[in-house]
Amino acid sequence: MNASLQRIQALWLRYALLHRRSLVRAFDIVFWPVLDLLVWSFVTRYLQQVITPTGPKVVLFFIGALIGWDIHYRGQQAVTISLMEEIWTRNLVNLLIAPVRLWEWVCASFLYGATKIAVVAVLLSLIAKALVSFNILAISGSFIPLAASLLFFGWSIGLVTAGILLRYGYAAEALIWGIPFLLQPFSCVFYPVHSLPAWAQPIALALPTTHAFEALRMAMRGEAVQASSWLWIVGLNAVYFALALALFVRMFRRARVGGQLGRLGQD
Amino acid sequence: MSLPLQVKELVYSYPASQSPAVDRISFDVRPGEIVGLLGPNGAGKTTTLHMVLGLLLPTRGEVRIFGQKPTDRGAVLSRLNFASVDVQLPSNLTVFEALDIFGRLYSTPDRRSVIDGWLKKLDLERFRSQRIGSLSAGEHMRLKIGKALLNDPDLLVLDEPTLSLDPAMAEQVRSILKEIQRERGMAMLHTSHNMHEVETFCDRIVFLHRGKKLAEGAPEAVVKRFGSSSLQELFIRVAKSGELFAEEGKPS
Repeated sequence: MNASLQRIQALWLRYALLHRRSLVRAFDIVFWPVLDLLVWSFVTRYLQQVITPTGPKVVLFFIGALIGWDIHYRGQQAVTISLMEEIWTRNLVNLLIAPVRLWEWVCASFLYGATKIAVVAVLLSLIAKALVSFNILAISGSFIPLAASLLFFGWSIGLVTAGILLRYGYAAEALIWGIPFLLQPFSCVFYPVHSLPAWAQPIALALPTTHAFEALRMAMRGEAVQASSWLWIVGLNAVYFALALALFVRMFRRARVGGQLGRLGQD
Repeated sequence: MSLPLQVKELVYSYPASQSPAVDRISFDVRPGEIVGLLGPNGAGKTTTLHMVLGLLLPTRGEVRIFGQKPTDRGAVLSRLNFASVDVQLPSNLTVFEALDIFGRLYSTPDRRSVIDGWLKKLDLERFRSQRIGSLSAGEHMRLKIGKALLNDPDLLVLDEPTLSLDPAMAEQVRSILKEIQRERGMAMLHTSHNMHEVETFCDRIVFLHRGKKLAEGAPEAVVKRFGSSSLQELFIRVAKSGELFAEEGKPS
């Protein structure tokens, strides 16, 4: 096997093994998404009955959005938690002096996130089908690429938060957990972009998540997703990923100059 | 032939600090040699080690490992390894899993038998399936040494490897390291606050104080040069008085 692939596989294994022996960690993968799904299912079922009993199935829009947001959020978390794990266990220096390249670690944390998301997405889809008859397979042609784009943006945000963590250590922890929620109101997860105040709309349109959630709603209404939507999603994702990667590399280099790399977790 | 380690006029200043943590330090580690890096707390040992390992970029000067910069990762890191009292292996993995993962990272050939060999040599066989978090400090340190030997390094950097061990285990670890070093002709850079260990284990010492190199040479020669009765006495004298000696042994 190619040495890079072997190192990526080793790092993926290192993170995957954490769940095999820890019930709490395994539980954490499914606990919050399932609870979220239950709450939102019940709320939207109620709203459907009270507001528009014969109108469009509002509940389905919410459930689709919820699954999509969870994919994005967990993509970000996987990258950050992979790094946090090394800092918590004081293993980071062992990896930094091993012949692991930065991009190999990044790929391993992406793959680890994708694995967790695959598990969560399948589980949520099954529960949604059982609970509110939401069949994600009916829109799988659009949903899978849209979910991939949400995951991709999650990775970009994960690179930003991992870079901040490398540079500023635990002092930046609150910021790291908060960044995804900072973007949520502008990502139009549960509402269309035109419902936002005028000042917020340009911000929303600059995010690939907004275009992905708008496209998801289109697909759920049975409409074809427009080519322009795909272009925005792919283009913005490419720009943000390039910026996030550049920031991560810059933060890594600054941490190496400033002396933080060897002391992370000891402050 | 390039030396395992060359440190030339190394300077490092932390961004918020007025005086350099490491100030124009130079030394070499030759093939098959064990060099001890000594000094009281704050002498600059850890900062120097971090620059050697490529975790920190020097403000000035340079580090060369087999003629390469530590940041040339591909060329350098497969020939180097490190074990430290301050750096742990993941507590939630078993002993074998941790070694297996690092064996994969270092592309260790015939990984399983190499791991089995080190587990046996380091008396860790019975902990093979045990979680690292449940090991004693001494067992964990032996495991870290096992991890550091997985790639059969040409240069091994050890930071206080016997600090957490009882005297019998410390002696065992030293004799294992000595044996491996003899068998494989490995070069070692070693820090310790145990002066007895340094005197018996190291071929040469580099004594640091307040970021500067105070002395360099065979342990007994350094002790003699400073008119001390032992390395321990010299260490205490320097640490207590804060006196900075010149290279020749005269107060500056």
